[in-house]
Amino acid sequence: MAPVGPRSGDAIFANVERVNAELFTLTYGAIVRQLLTDLEEVEEVNKQLDQMGYNIGIRLIDEFLAKSNVSRCVDFKETAEVIAKVGFKMFLGVTASVTNWDADGTCCSIVLEDNPLVDFVELPDTCQGLYYCNILSGVIRGALEMVSMKTEVTWAKDMLRGDDVFELQVKLLKQVPEEYPYKDDE
Amino acid sequence: MAAIYSLYIINKSGGLIFYKEYGSAGRMDTNDSLRVASLWHSMHAISQQLSPVSGCSGIDLLQADTFDLHCFQPLTGTKFFVVCEPGTRHMEGLLKFIYELYTDYVLKNPFYEMEMPIRCELFDINLSQAVQKDHVALLGR
Repeated sequence: MAPVGPRSGDAIFANVERVNAELFTLTYGAIVRQLLTDLEEVEEVNKQLDQMGYNIGIRLIDEFLAKSNVSRCVDFKETAEVIAKVGFKMFLGVTASVTNWDADGTCCSIVLEDNPLVDFVELPDTCQGLYYCNILSGVIRGALEMVSMKTEVTWAKDMLRGDDVFELQVKLLKQVPEEYPYKDDE
Repeated sequence: MAAIYSLYIINKSGGLIFYKEYGSAGRMDTNDSLRVASLWHSMHAISQQLSPVSGCSGIDLLQADTFDLHCFQPLTGTKFFVVCEPGTRHMEGLLKFIYELYTDYVLKNPFYEMEMPIRCELFDINLSQAVQKDHVALLGR
């Protein structure tokens, strides 16, 4: 019987190395700012942030698995809970909640009430189309892809755009089977 | 006195990305180590198919007359395995610890290309410390 993983990331969060929150927030701000300068188009910046997040996610997943002792999730519902409760706590120091499940359990919302990335941020009029935290959606997409889940992650609510919370919509597109594609008759 | 003979890390597609020998027993040239890695990758996959138990994740331990082979495969599909003297203890803990070192010193190195051979000095240093016997015993506690 595999050990059941933790239901909260508190213990792991207490044990991992951390950096000053302000340094982290300001570094991220500087990156976004630089991307805006370099790419000029807000749409391009959104894409680039998502790609950067993806590149982080495909590596981060291994650290998550190594340090969290989470074992295989039985379904996508459990996966979403683990991301919200353990993943966000471990890497961002905040806890998210999961809501808005659709009928077949393949689409849900991860709601963040507290988001350290935006502590000092006010979006100017010129950047209205910017998804400032788009790196997070990329991280989730990349991480899940490494454990054979193709997902689509989009922002449904963004506090920088006047909503009351941050809400990420995670949609499971397909589960790539891990079995090798051997067939008996081939 | 129990000893570790060698350590292998293979990527998702069965390519050897890290190989290290400890001591002179069971020494192999590069071609042989590559062969062992891809052979183990295939055997591991076949064992999953052959297993009468559904949801089997493959061979964890292979015991032979002259060596034990302990394998650890996290959900992402990278495989870590050690070949050691029969009856060597605490290998599961060691493999898990090596996995942590891999996430810290290989994956976080921005110049490491995913799925490619591992050439990271910090990983080597920390690995040799982990493999030292007293440390292995410590992990078992």
